[in-house]
Amino acid sequence: MTDYAVELRNVTKVFASGRGAKTDEVYAVKEMNLGIPTGQFFTLLGPSGCGKTTTLRLIAGFETPSSGEIYIQGKPVSRIPPNERPVNTVFQNYALFPHMNVARNVAFGLAIKRVPRDEQEHLVKEALELVQLADMGRRMPSQLSGGQQQRVALARALVNQPAVLLLDEPLGALDLKLRKAMQIELKHIQEQVGITFVYVTHDQEEALTMSDYIAVMNFGLVLQLGDPATLYKKPANKFVADFIGESNFIQGKVESITKGGIRLRVLDEVITAPVADSNMTMGQNAIFTIRPEKMMLKTRQPASTEALSGSVQDVVYIGTDTRYVVSLLSGESVVVRVQNGCSPDIEQFSRGDQVKVIWLPEDARILAG
Amino acid sequence: MSNHRFASPGSIYLLLVYLLLYTPIVLLFIFSFNNSTSLVFPLKGFTLQWYVMIFKNPELLKAVGNSLMIGFGSSLVATILGTMGAIAIVRFKLAGRSIFLAVSVLPLVIPYVIFGVSLLILFNEIGIKLSAFAAGLAHVIISIPYALLIISSRLVGFPDNLEEAAMDLGASYWGALLRVTIPICSPALLAAFLLCFTISFDEYAIASFLVGTDATLPVYLFSQLRFPTRLPMVVALAAILMSVTMTVMLFTEWLRRTGQSPARKG
Repeated sequence: MTDYAVELRNVTKVFASGRGAKTDEVYAVKEMNLGIPTGQFFTLLGPSGCGKTTTLRLIAGFETPSSGEIYIQGKPVSRIPPNERPVNTVFQNYALFPHMNVARNVAFGLAIKRVPRDEQEHLVKEALELVQLADMGRRMPSQLSGGQQQRVALARALVNQPAVLLLDEPLGALDLKLRKAMQIELKHIQEQVGITFVYVTHDQEEALTMSDYIAVMNFGLVLQLGDPATLYKKPANKFVADFIGESNFIQGKVESITKGGIRLRVLDEVITAPVADSNMTMGQNAIFTIRPEKMMLKTRQPASTEALSGSVQDVVYIGTDTRYVVSLLSGESVVVRVQNGCSPDIEQFSRGDQVKVIWLPEDARILAG
Repeated sequence: MSNHRFASPGSIYLLLVYLLLYTPIVLLFIFSFNNSTSLVFPLKGFTLQWYVMIFKNPELLKAVGNSLMIGFGSSLVATILGTMGAIAIVRFKLAGRSIFLAVSVLPLVIPYVIFGVSLLILFNEIGIKLSAFAAGLAHVIISIPYALLIISSRLVGFPDNLEEAAMDLGASYWGALLRVTIPICSPALLAAFLLCFTISFDEYAIASFLVGTDATLPVYLFSQLRFPTRLPMVVALAAILMSVTMTVMLFTEWLRRTGQSPARKG
């Protein structure tokens, strides 16, 4: 059995929306089952309104589940108020106390636990060193930049050595360059302190950069759970394939199912790909999906590849690679990214050329339509 | 942008307002130092005797004492209740909070004379003796709206996840209030207290119905107007009151402004 820092069992959170007779029930989180392994950098990823922040607030204790139970380190916590849970939060807008200097902000949790003063000082110093703000203790939060405030918020949470650190889009307000630097630094800090991080973001690139595990959420459900490479290479459904990275989608009908994969009819052509969903039936509509960089353009189809025919609609040169938009016989179009490397078998095409779009069967997936 | 075109009619208007507003006050100060019982020009000579008279008058000093006591007590209670009300209105999504707010600020629009009479009847019915305590109780009621409005405007201004952050770091709800909310709101709390104090200290209509024998300063002042020879002393006292009230009001306004952005201090 895996060692979970946090576990959600059948957790549902319903909010009432509207007023009086028109009251509507909105499921922010729907019968969620989720285990967050100890010591990992775990990300809840999804578009806004998908329930990721509610999930975080449920773990922190700011919301109570409508049904189901949450376990932190194996103990049920639904009836335990936030101040008694072994978790700390880094808030989206930092939420530093404006009337206290940096050192007192960081010492806040220790002061409440009545940690002796000299030990407090020592721990605060250590925490500020960890976030590289060692000599900023006497500054007021208003005298710090956004990035520095973010570090103080992190130190203020980490100094309490929580079992789980919750981070609610903590980098959202920073500019791109600083955000990239902080992503790497956060990951390093997590590895250094070994505390379980639960990180909420809508930025798929950020999630891929930092996480050990990612739970992709939408409509209050976890749609797929896995490490970044698995999510990218083997998306379990169309939403995940679309949300993480760029994907091509082609509609087709299942023609036959064999051990090796599924044969899919797209108009007059037949293509084969490994099964992503074992519940496929003959004749049903399905979606074929593949990443743009996993495809190539050729005049003729080489052996041991899969192919669809089409004509080049658009060519965009973007330095390291060229982006072709190809219109298929079925009328759908796909994006193909061809690297501008020195490989001799790369052919150049221009608008209007008749081409074969080719790929290796194992790089494609067939999903329920 | 140029506002010059509007400057001259605007400044004439302003001048008139200032004249109307401040001429009587300036006269008050001038006559308080005039060596004559009648308040007419030309001035007779400079004297401090009216001010000396004030401090030799035990009745008057007692009235000052009553006013201070009522003012202090009623504003303290009004500030505490106002804070609680403001937290309830701003922080909790109460059903019918707009009704609660409307009822809380109703004393702002009830004429004090009518309010005084009705409290007189009520206090007689339920057996509260006419006294400084009764007047103080009335002043709590008329001060609450001011305290409530000042404090809730401050509460609206700061993010409520500061309280969540405090609780997340181990503070109980009350701990979060005491360590975070109240300190951040403290300029607003003090401003509310001082404003309530000036309201109570100035208030005549309600007090005149309810104080019984514990005359407050305004009540005592009004009673002295029957004696022409004491008029200059009343004027001197009014000058003192005016100075104190204006100082407190200016201080309150300064507090309210610094309280809007406590993060900028530091």
